[in-house]
Amino acid sequence: MELLNALILMANFVLVPALAYGSQLALGALGVTLIYGILRFSNFAHGDTMAFGTMAVILFTWWFQSMGINLGPLPTALLALPFGIAICAGFVLATDKLVYKFYRQQRAAPVIYVIASVGVMFVLNGIVRFIIGPDDQAFADGERFIVRARSFKEWTGLEEGLTIKVSQGITVITAVLVVAALFWFLNRTRTGKSMRAFSDNEDLALLSGINPDKVVMVTWIIAAALATIAGTLYGLDKSFKPFTYFQLLLPIFAAAIVGGLGNPLGAIAGGYVIAFSEIMVTYAYKKFIGYMAPGDWSPDSLLQLLGTNYKFSVSFVILLLVLLLRPTGLFKGKSV
Amino acid sequence: MSFLIGEKMTGGYGGADILHDCTIAADQGEIAVIVGPNGAGKSTAMKAVFGMLNIHSGRVMLDGEDITALTPQARVAKGMAFVPQTSNVFPTMSVEENLEMGAFLRRDNIQETIDQVYELFPILGDKRRQNAGELSGGQRQQVAVGRALMTQPKVLMLDEPTAGVSPIVMDELFDRIIEVARTGISILMVEQNARQALDIADKGYVLVQGRNRYTDTGQALMNNPDVRKSFLGG
Ligand SMILES: Nc1ncnc2c1ncn2[C@@H]1O[C@H](COP(=O)(O)OP(=O)(O)O)[C@@H](O)[C@H]1O
Ligand SMILES: [Mg+2]
Repeated sequence: MELLNALILMANFVLVPALAYGSQLALGALGVTLIYGILRFSNFAHGDTMAFGTMAVILFTWWFQSMGINLGPLPTALLALPFGIAICAGFVLATDKLVYKFYRQQRAAPVIYVIASVGVMFVLNGIVRFIIGPDDQAFADGERFIVRARSFKEWTGLEEGLTIKVSQGITVITAVLVVAALFWFLNRTRTGKSMRAFSDNEDLALLSGINPDKVVMVTWIIAAALATIAGTLYGLDKSFKPFTYFQLLLPIFAAAIVGGLGNPLGAIAGGYVIAFSEIMVTYAYKKFIGYMAPGDWSPDSLLQLLGTNYKFSVSFVILLLVLLLRPTGLFKGKSV
Repeated sequence: MSFLIGEKMTGGYGGADILHDCTIAADQGEIAVIVGPNGAGKSTAMKAVFGMLNIHSGRVMLDGEDITALTPQARVAKGMAFVPQTSNVFPTMSVEENLEMGAFLRRDNIQETIDQVYELFPILGDKRRQNAGELSGGQRQQVAVGRALMTQPKVLMLDEPTAGVSPIVMDELFDRIIEVARTGISILMVEQNARQALDIADKGYVLVQGRNRYTDTGQALMNNPDVRKSFLGG
């Protein structure tokens, strides 16, 4: 009984939230890693691209809500997602035409792209705050829970309850579907293979007649879609605030680098590594130890390794360790 | 006139000229070999013929047509194929995917050509699902040649196809290249192993400092005492 309670406790506060958060990071990191692999630079604007795409989704969601359109138990945002992706893709393609294309023609060094992307990041930052404001925005609707703590306790008779939010369920399912679709695209279609070829060996891809403009365009569209999906899922799960999305850049980059930059499988693994580490390190184990320890003994302190305010340091530490010990990441990526 | 000819090419990478009035050519179904010391400009001459660098005088002709102004991609479409000296495969893609990418410009069924490549290089058929980056040096060169053959080219250009492979594998590769030439494809090849290469060459070029030093049949060059002394190690 005690053991079961302890396990449910961990599932409720670590496993379920980390799975959801990890899926969101994985989707974000996939976008970063694709851009790195194919366009060959670290896109610092990715977090704000997520914010921009999510903002578009929110605006469409509000519009649908005002017309009385909804998905019943599911959030209306899912319906707005394709529209948000289209807007975000359009925006990202415009930045490519206005900014990055110039540097591509110059065959600029990667660091110049990075700085350019920082510029794009600031512009995006401003645009998003100008349109939707710097504050928290609520846009989740529909059913809130798949499993409620109270009904779980009544149903199992356990002391601990398990909560699974609809947003968490949707996050995990969407992530699985999106990743499956992405891998199918990259491994089975002509265009997807040409993107991998371009990423592997640009010169040889050109010699083989692969059109670089098309590869670049498709890459941006996919990155925009991934960013919008990741951002919307995160917003549904937590809340939407532009600054939070900017901050997400760190764990997302950590995830992409941990997995091995340029390696999509690595990005997914990295997302979960970062999410689980962050949540496990900031979780207070007091109650858990209470269940596991014999008798009624319970530790006095919270047994929390790190306050949640410091959660970003977890990404930093992991990033540092990986860069020191294994610069190409867990899965063979490109060395940074 | 030869089927493919880079005629009196002068040019380089933007700085000082590397090539000076350099001429190389290959005839249909023939093997032409370029030899010469390191840094002589052999790779540069190949790139010039393939349109990968600017030449400011001279021209490149293919089957009587002036293609000097065409991009490398356009030359691929015209029936030329090039295996670069380094980075000549897609390392994280499978052998079969490498071949598919070679045929990227083709819209017809490529299965027959893939089968022909596997017939030419049986080991590639066995390893078709394996990533090219995981193969041995000799196998990787076979993938590189196979990829280039996927466009069903009329001219195949090879820059040191036997670099870094064992003598046995080298003989094996040369045999395959002769086989390819017998199907009517012109071969223009740079080789470090000058003696063995000239042995199978119909025509040979000795390049020194971006200029033609000797041009003759492979056999004549092998018998030329000056060439032997300076370039074939006696
Ligand atoms: N990408 C390049 N940019 C500038 N110079 C180059 C480049 N590649 C080769 N060179 C120079 O051109 C000359 C000829 O090189 P290369 O054609 O590679 O010789 P080879 O293939 O005969 O060994 C060398 O002096 C080399 O330093
Ligand atoms: Mg060379």
